[in-house]
Amino acid sequence: MQDFSFITTWIDNSLRSLMPGWLSVTIECLLIGVGLLLVYSLLALFYIYYERKVCAAFQCRLGPNRVGPWGLLQSFADMFKMLIKEIIHLNHVDQFLFALAPYLVVIASMLAFAVLPWGNGLQVIDFNIGIFFLLAVSSIGVLGILLAGWSSNNKFTLIGSLRSGAQMVSYELSVGLSILTMICLAGTMSVGGIVAEQADLWFIFKGHVPAVIAFVIYMIAGTAETNRGPFDLPEAESELTAGYHTEYSGIHFGFFYLAEYLNLFIVSGVAALMFFGGWMPLHIPGWDAFNHIMDYIPSVVWFLGKAFALSFVIIWFKWTFPRLRIDHLLALEWKYLLPINLCNLVLMVLIIVFNLHF
Amino acid sequence: MEVTTKSMPYEAFKDNEYIESLVKQLQESGTNVVVGSLDKLINWGRSNSIWPLTFATSCCGIEFVCLGAARFDMARFGWEVARSSPRQADFMMVAGTIVHRMVPVFRRLYDQLAEPKYVIACGSCAISGGPFKNSYHVAKGIEDIVPVDVFVPGCPPRPEAMIYGIMQLSRKIKVERFFGGVNRQEKQKEFLAAHPVEGVED
Amino acid sequence: MANITEKISKLFPQAVIEGDTTPQVTIPAEQWHDLALTLRDDPDMKMDYLITVVGMDWKEEGLGAIYYMMSTEYNNILGVKILAQGDRSMPVIPSAADVWKVATLFEREVYDFFGIIFLDNPDMRRLFLNIDWVGYPLRKDYDANPDINPVSTENERQTDFTQVYTRDAEDKIVKNDVRVFEKEDFVVNIGPQHPATHGVLRFRTAVDGETIKKIDVYCGYIHRGIEKLCENLTYPQTLHFMDRMDYFSAHNYHHALCMLYEKAAGIEISRRAQVIRVIMDELSRIASHALFIGTYCMDLGATTMLFYALRVREQILNIMERTCGARMTFNYECIGGVMQDLDKDFVKDVKALLDIIPANIKEYNEVFTGNVIARNRMEGVGVLSREDAIAYAITGPSGRASGWACDMRKLHPYSIYSELDFEEVTATEGDSMARFKCRLREMEESAKIISQLIDNIPEGEYCVKVPKVLKLPVGKWFQISEGCRGAFALYLESDGSTKPYRLKLSTPCLAQAAVVDHITRGEKIADLITIGGSLDYIVPDIDR
Repeated sequence: MQDFSFITTWIDNSLRSLMPGWLSVTIECLLIGVGLLLVYSLLALFYIYYERKVCAAFQCRLGPNRVGPWGLLQSFADMFKMLIKEIIHLNHVDQFLFALAPYLVVIASMLAFAVLPWGNGLQVIDFNIGIFFLLAVSSIGVLGILLAGWSSNNKFTLIGSLRSGAQMVSYELSVGLSILTMICLAGTMSVGGIVAEQADLWFIFKGHVPAVIAFVIYMIAGTAETNRGPFDLPEAESELTAGYHTEYSGIHFGFFYLAEYLNLFIVSGVAALMFFGGWMPLHIPGWDAFNHIMDYIPSVVWFLGKAFALSFVIIWFKWTFPRLRIDHLLALEWKYLLPINLCNLVLMVLIIVFNLHF
Repeated sequence: MEVTTKSMPYEAFKDNEYIESLVKQLQESGTNVVVGSLDKLINWGRSNSIWPLTFATSCCGIEFVCLGAARFDMARFGWEVARSSPRQADFMMVAGTIVHRMVPVFRRLYDQLAEPKYVIACGSCAISGGPFKNSYHVAKGIEDIVPVDVFVPGCPPRPEAMIYGIMQLSRKIKVERFFGGVNRQEKQKEFLAAHPVEGVED
Repeated sequence: MANITEKISKLFPQAVIEGDTTPQVTIPAEQWHDLALTLRDDPDMKMDYLITVVGMDWKEEGLGAIYYMMSTEYNNILGVKILAQGDRSMPVIPSAADVWKVATLFEREVYDFFGIIFLDNPDMRRLFLNIDWVGYPLRKDYDANPDINPVSTENERQTDFTQVYTRDAEDKIVKNDVRVFEKEDFVVNIGPQHPATHGVLRFRTAVDGETIKKIDVYCGYIHRGIEKLCENLTYPQTLHFMDRMDYFSAHNYHHALCMLYEKAAGIEISRRAQVIRVIMDELSRIASHALFIGTYCMDLGATTMLFYALRVREQILNIMERTCGARMTFNYECIGGVMQDLDKDFVKDVKALLDIIPANIKEYNEVFTGNVIARNRMEGVGVLSREDAIAYAITGPSGRASGWACDMRKLHPYSIYSELDFEEVTATEGDSMARFKCRLREMEESAKIISQLIDNIPEGEYCVKVPKVLKLPVGKWFQISEGCRGAFALYLESDGSTKPYRLKLSTPCLAQAAVVDHITRGEKIADLITIGGSLDYIVPDIDR
């Protein structure tokens, strides 16, 4: 299989041969930062287009098709517009928190990018608690949403952000527990280790029943974590106009808008990592020829393909189901998902102990 | 300069004298290459991404819903991202009658829109008061309340007419200038200075 | 009917009774409250459904109001005319708000238009106009000079108090201020610009966390003064306003007003015109309910359903467009029949539509009704009991979902409805789910009516000859019919000229706005959207 680490090693070696170590590290950090930002914005733009097209297909429409070929440039036009749109300064708000909130949301989703396994050897940092780090940074986002709602000094945003607080705190549990279930199976928290564990078989097949249960719970909780329909209560359009970001305009709103799609990508990326082998190609034990052919598809394609396919499912949720009510939402988490999840964890442990997995 | 809209051929659209005269006026003084091409890029973005504000008072609003539905599908042009918060929308389709009691609300919504902002007066009620012109409680057209960019006649206008109206708006945005030159913002400022919101000190 | 009038004249000897099918009783204001109680509670009368309160300005005779009510048991309609006491500066009528709950709002409307004060009405604020509006617009001596009430961008004045007028011990009228909300309430302003209010309705909502404590409804953000406009237009000219109130019931409302004028002028219309009118009514009912399903599901967050539901509506609009020439404001029915003959493909198109409706309804049920989230959101939410539905005058599918058989096509059959075979859809639960399902089933019933008629549209003229200038004799007429959202009642008084002296349009949605507060208390904010959506009010229909 192609290992992309040769590119990074080559850059590192050539830089070190030219300049002292500290300078080359600084330059590498800058390069990675620029690269991530680029990927970040391109992915966000792609996702906006993707969602609009998918949604149009569900609704028997065509979707954007006038700007650029097949409407591909639509989200670029949106971005240009949003960049130069007026940022309204409000008088009766907490200026500092109001300005800080969108950046917090964006930073939270950007940090998560650092540990995602983009491809074989294409990972910014692979440390031994990678997944733990990911869970930790992704919960910074809720802080941004809470601050946005609180600092806007508006009743709708306040209700929206409080809803979001209740929702995130609850569903974080399910996300964490279902990932914990899979970590038991993997035996490591390092992202690289988890991917390597799935070289012969993806976890969703390896862990069979508990893995599938964990996957379903993860998808539900993950959708709730990203504030997307049917869990889009914090920005429930028909109830709270635009929810917590009602008062934001221009690129500040753009940040919330982008972060929503990036979180969608992160949630599906983590699902791909935990259940579908990250960048690992589909390997079936015993089918050597098949496995060999699969290896020819670059690992980046595998990872992005899995993430996009899983995002499709989440988008599918959004355009199919009606929105939950806040008490139903909390009941779903605390009365159903959490107990099931705990039992599932025990089941997984038992399966591992008795070596019942594949 | 030809002011085209989306993938429509120029000939099919060469019917708006107002825009033609605007282009002529703009090109009289010429423009800097750098600034001109930057303007072009910005206007490309703006004119291709006009998001409506969810705002409807009566019958025309239902036709606006139909405009979003599968048969007319405004998503093709990228107009389907209807924002409920005025801070995030680009233009306001004034679909329906504006009555005395609604005027302050309407004006406030307009003031809440972030620049650049546009207004389309949609339907005869918004243009002149329409069939309710003689009523004691109906504003005779929204022109006295906010500056209007495009008028779409009809009662209610067909969705096709609305598409045409928004396309005209799109063309109008294309000939705007972000950096200097004749700017509609200046005209807008003049209008707003002439029509202040009563009861509010700036 | 005769036994009621007899009984009234026995109990209230001062009452003057005129007319026989829909009699009108004139009663002095002092006795009105007693009569109202008798009318509601007497076992022979049981007038428990207040259709409308018509404010009147009879110039020299003075100001007054006419209450129209109906018995849900005996189906009799009765009008009671009360002349206001006092002079034009402060006319007074005792309120009937404690007899019929919906009267609170109806009397507010009369106060707004005529300045008649209803004693003991718990909420005597203006309804449609700003609190600092000068004059009462529907009075005949109203000064319409735009300088008196100019268009202003100044924010409307807001008060937290409402007024109650009572008579004190010395028989003087005193005005008391009453707080609408408690001082410590967290009041959220929903509307007038809000995506889920279906237009420009405004709710001031006191919430406790996510739970609703109280709602105060503000109307008038699309009040266009249609009733006043009608008084200055000739009879045929008034017709086109019917398209613009409840724009989904355009045909039904047109039909009703045409019937009223034809009844007054004594015009018989051809059978062909009647059949065409009924088909159009039912087609618009299907289109209206289809849009209801779409917007309702969108309010609940299932946006995709809107697009599925609009497909049926677009097909119906196509049919309408071919015959009437417009998509929404048809102006098709006219006095004496209909404007134009049917399109040559009409029968074919309608049959194609009838073929797809069952499949579509099945699809809606599969996509939405059976969904567990949707069921949780709708079942048991916003329960309206039968008694409350009657007391608040909630007619149409919303009332029928509470178990009140209030279909005017059955109770007071007009046109050719008595010959048709269709079922009146009712349910007993009274929750949002029942209201949703009732509308779904009504679509099927409407399709059934159309399929009975579509194959035998009789030949004949589509419009009989009527005089170019229509003059109605002096008199008063009352007409009730079924719109898509409930009972649409019309009251006409003519002074013998070419223009109506007073045309009261009583729409079903006003009463639905009145009930929102009652059925949302204690529910969640999200339920307000569910309940508002399931009542399916159209704001221009509330405000007129």
